[in-house]
Amino acid sequence: MSKILEIFKSMEYGPAPEAPDAVKAWLDEHGRKFGLFINNEWVTPKGAKFYPSYNPANGELLAETTQAEKKDVDAALAAARTAFKTWSKTPGMVRARYLYAIARNLQKHSRLLAVLESMDNGKPIRESRDIDVPLLARHFYYYAGWAQLMETELRDYQPVGVVGQIIPWNFPLLMLAWKIAPAIAMGNTVVLKPASYTRLTALLFAEIVAEAGLPAGVVNVITGSSSAGSMIVEHSDVDKIAFTGSTDVGRTLRKQTAGSGKKLSLELGGKSPFVVFDDADLDGAVEGVVDAIWFNQGQVCCAGSRLIVQENVAAKFIQKLKNRMEHMRVGDPLDKSIDMGAIVDQSQWDTIDGWVKTGIAEGGECFQPNIALPEKGLFYKPTLITGLDPAAATVQEEIFGPVLVSLTFRTPSEAIEVANNTRYGLAASVWSDNINLALDVASKIKAGSVWVNCTNQFDGASGFGGYRESGYGREGGREGLFEYLRPTWMDRPRPEFVLDEKKKWGEHVPTLPSQPGVARANGHSLPLVDRTPKMYIGGKQVRPDGAYTSSVLSAKGKLIGQVGDGNRKDIRDAVEAAHKARTSGWAMRHGYNRSQILYFIAENLDARNAEFVKRIVEMTGRTQKSAQAEVDASVERLFSYAAWADKYGGTVQETTLRGITVAVNEPMGVIGIACPDEMPLLGFISLMAPAIARGNTVVMIPSQKYPLSATDFYQVLDTSDVPSGVVNIVTGDRDHLTKTLVQHEDVDSVWYFGSAEGSYHVENESAANMKRTWTGYGLPRDWMSREQGEGHEFLHEATQVKNIWVPTGE
Amino acid sequence: MTSQNNRNPGTPLDLDWVMGAHVNKSAVERRVESLPKRRTVKKEWQAAWLLRAVTCIDLTTLAGDDTPGRVKRLCAKARQPIRADMLARLGLDGEKVTVGAVCVYPNRVHDAVEALRGSDIPVASVATGFPAGQTPLPQRIQEIEQAIEAGAREIDVVISRNHVLTGDWKSLYDELKQFRAACGDAAHMKTILATGDLGTLKQVYQASLVAMMAGSDFIKTSTGKETVNATLEFSLVMTRAIRDYLDRFGYKVGFKPAGGISSAKQAMAWQSLMKEELGDEWLKNDLFRIGASSLLTDIERQLYHYITGHYAAKHHMPMG
Repeated sequence: MSKILEIFKSMEYGPAPEAPDAVKAWLDEHGRKFGLFINNEWVTPKGAKFYPSYNPANGELLAETTQAEKKDVDAALAAARTAFKTWSKTPGMVRARYLYAIARNLQKHSRLLAVLESMDNGKPIRESRDIDVPLLARHFYYYAGWAQLMETELRDYQPVGVVGQIIPWNFPLLMLAWKIAPAIAMGNTVVLKPASYTRLTALLFAEIVAEAGLPAGVVNVITGSSSAGSMIVEHSDVDKIAFTGSTDVGRTLRKQTAGSGKKLSLELGGKSPFVVFDDADLDGAVEGVVDAIWFNQGQVCCAGSRLIVQENVAAKFIQKLKNRMEHMRVGDPLDKSIDMGAIVDQSQWDTIDGWVKTGIAEGGECFQPNIALPEKGLFYKPTLITGLDPAAATVQEEIFGPVLVSLTFRTPSEAIEVANNTRYGLAASVWSDNINLALDVASKIKAGSVWVNCTNQFDGASGFGGYRESGYGREGGREGLFEYLRPTWMDRPRPEFVLDEKKKWGEHVPTLPSQPGVARANGHSLPLVDRTPKMYIGGKQVRPDGAYTSSVLSAKGKLIGQVGDGNRKDIRDAVEAAHKARTSGWAMRHGYNRSQILYFIAENLDARNAEFVKRIVEMTGRTQKSAQAEVDASVERLFSYAAWADKYGGTVQETTLRGITVAVNEPMGVIGIACPDEMPLLGFISLMAPAIARGNTVVMIPSQKYPLSATDFYQVLDTSDVPSGVVNIVTGDRDHLTKTLVQHEDVDSVWYFGSAEGSYHVENESAANMKRTWTGYGLPRDWMSREQGEGHEFLHEATQVKNIWVPTGE
Repeated sequence: MTSQNNRNPGTPLDLDWVMGAHVNKSAVERRVESLPKRRTVKKEWQAAWLLRAVTCIDLTTLAGDDTPGRVKRLCAKARQPIRADMLARLGLDGEKVTVGAVCVYPNRVHDAVEALRGSDIPVASVATGFPAGQTPLPQRIQEIEQAIEAGAREIDVVISRNHVLTGDWKSLYDELKQFRAACGDAAHMKTILATGDLGTLKQVYQASLVAMMAGSDFIKTSTGKETVNATLEFSLVMTRAIRDYLDRFGYKVGFKPAGGISSAKQAMAWQSLMKEELGDEWLKNDLFRIGASSLLTDIERQLYHYITGHYAAKHHMPMG
């Protein structure tokens, strides 16, 4: 029988390979050996060590790349620093032209990029050709636009400086685009380190960028091990670190940069829920699962790896899914007729296989379709594990491979609960043909991207990034710009402190009664009616848990009052109260209502204007005029955030999706705030007001030195219809209390305006649970100025962006 | 075609199922957009798949100017769709490669039957007031009977779109049951949904279910006369309905896209759709047909290119 006749009868698929010839020619042209790309030139350091790059589909050695050492990292950062001097001064419209040229040039070389990406990483050519590379170009086009508009639309901002960028191996080109495009658009220069497994496309990219004429030193690419990454991160002349990768490495970077004043954005792991309701298009949702977990062999940080199906359709859905899996084709990444390529490296393959074995040991039922795998190469079958409970490690931990676990739910509220039962919060997918249900669930799942009736949608115009331990910062969209910008008034923070290794930060011995001889600031002949401010927790005045009190002295050293000396348990109680207020609906109230309450606070503060002025004078010894200005500014600030309460909800993103993509500025949740000493009332108001205006509930630690303005203030709160628990005030030792807040697993963000050393500790301690932090590094801030004391920076810190994608069409 | 005892006998009308349908358009669109990029066949595989596609073609002429001569010429092409020398060079000499059927108006059935005598190629006739279906019911049924009498072994009926658009599933079901009764054992019924006239993909799915419940042997997208004819979106929804019907009742119903499929590349996209959504059985002509007139020529040209490495001229392919 002729071969064609045979196929005519069997109707099997055959091989459909994309030719690797052009890639091989490019590799040969470089002698299969690459140096570092610094200042638009290939640099091969003397005595350099090399590292092999293999094609995971067949084990073939593709090329060798340089292992950068300290001097090479220094050289790359120096090149970037030199280039920054001119690039940051280059007009936006000129930078826009460069980005446009890069985008065009990437498109011109699109097939070469796609084929190399597939050979180096193992992803199917369909994905690199139709998804990764088009999105790569798209990001440069999108941010070319922001470069053009920067001087008019972002006039209050300046570039951050030299940026170190460390990217993972799962989307080598796309992650590079997400990092480099916004950075150079805003006038920063970069040193990029690709992942060890996948270094080649970044080097090709560098060449293509140089061909497009980008000035030398703006983009530098150095290859190396993780220690080269650490050298970048710890280098004194780097102003920002952007990282995508595992949560564990993210923790390390947080510690390495703590207290340094370097900006940090982290895009980390996930275990994203894929929620299917009984009124969903089940066949559509099955295809969604394919796109969610078998995209890029499941090596996707936002992979929909937890299938959560309504119980009444679960059996049917799982059967449909299994049938669909039988049609999956796994094979040569360059084959145009496959769904899944190769796992990037043997160690990843082993990890995936280990997880599947764990899942089975945990009682899961493992399903793999009866399909063929190539005889050699790192291939893994699409895998479904059913019958696990939410407590199983396989359900909780990120597997980073083609392995899906499934759970069920009964009601929408249970679906939300199961979806949110995770440390992560990167993405989610919600399937229902009921728009009310779908959008309600989308709004309640804690994740940076929520895809309704679709999954794994990306576009330059929409931000991507996580909640919780999935990291912070956004890439893409307008929100992605702020990772690469600093307000014009602010210099690069260079905090100075000497770390006292012996002293444990935040240790505190409760204060003793004031020494005899400290006179009471009285002025009356009669003994003062004792007025001892308490803590303010859950809308009630409560005594400090430890029953210790500390004295507050006036500028002249006289005793003017005593406040509770708070401890861990007071913080615990305050956080609980704040959560109660949050879940009972502060964030759900509309902005109009929150603005009215803020206006009312302002009104009541103003009514007691004189009293607050007197208190400031008494505590600080400042002039009446200066204290009056502070109180007036506080009233004004409350007005500002009453204004912002209904004007910062988000934007409609102009993505390529047919439908609506909405960026919603959601509250962080519960924010712990340690106030500065310099403005006892205004500092407190300036931080509390934006937080609560945007729907957060707060635990406030007032100025340690001058706490009485804050304790006076709770009477204002009491009379202003502020629901109990929205604002909680715990007085005492700032660092002691802050430490408890930072370590608290259920506090979503901590703002700290204490010392430089304290800022270091806040950032360092936050690595344990990856909460967002905002610290003042002990540097002065002019709270009286509107530029420095209010506005976008505060609103940005009070919110996290969730992008909800809603395709339309019936 | 499927043997008599495997034919879909139809089922009672299950309105709960029909009313509970969910089809999400954007999800359908994404599947259809990615599928042809996930699957492709090259070289020998492409040649074999295209030959298979030829055997699934309902070679069609449905025009006001159809004459006995025109039908005769078409039937000759149906018997020998690929030049014998080309078949031989493809290694299929001796293999019977003919189209799936010849599809004509009722008035031309007799001509086609005569021209195809001695071959196994069935004649399909459109009926029931094709293409609009806006003819009184008795006449529509009579049309089926007359076509069968003239020798048609397949009847491509059109549905009353108004029943779908008004949600009158019972009337649609009853009407199709009568058509099916008229077809009896003599002819298979291929039900044209005229998807381009329907309002939503959900209605396409619902109409597919009702058509199968009423006993259709095939469901077919279009008459070729609507503004929008066969699309992969409509086809995906209909194949999923076929799959769901099979899962529930165990009957295999065939699928026929028609209208607008004129290139070999399109034909292969549909073949992938059948293979992926329904399985290999739906690649052969007892469960899969493509209603087309000019598709065959493009397939011939692609095969010629495969054999010779040269791009072919249309006038080198014998006309139908």
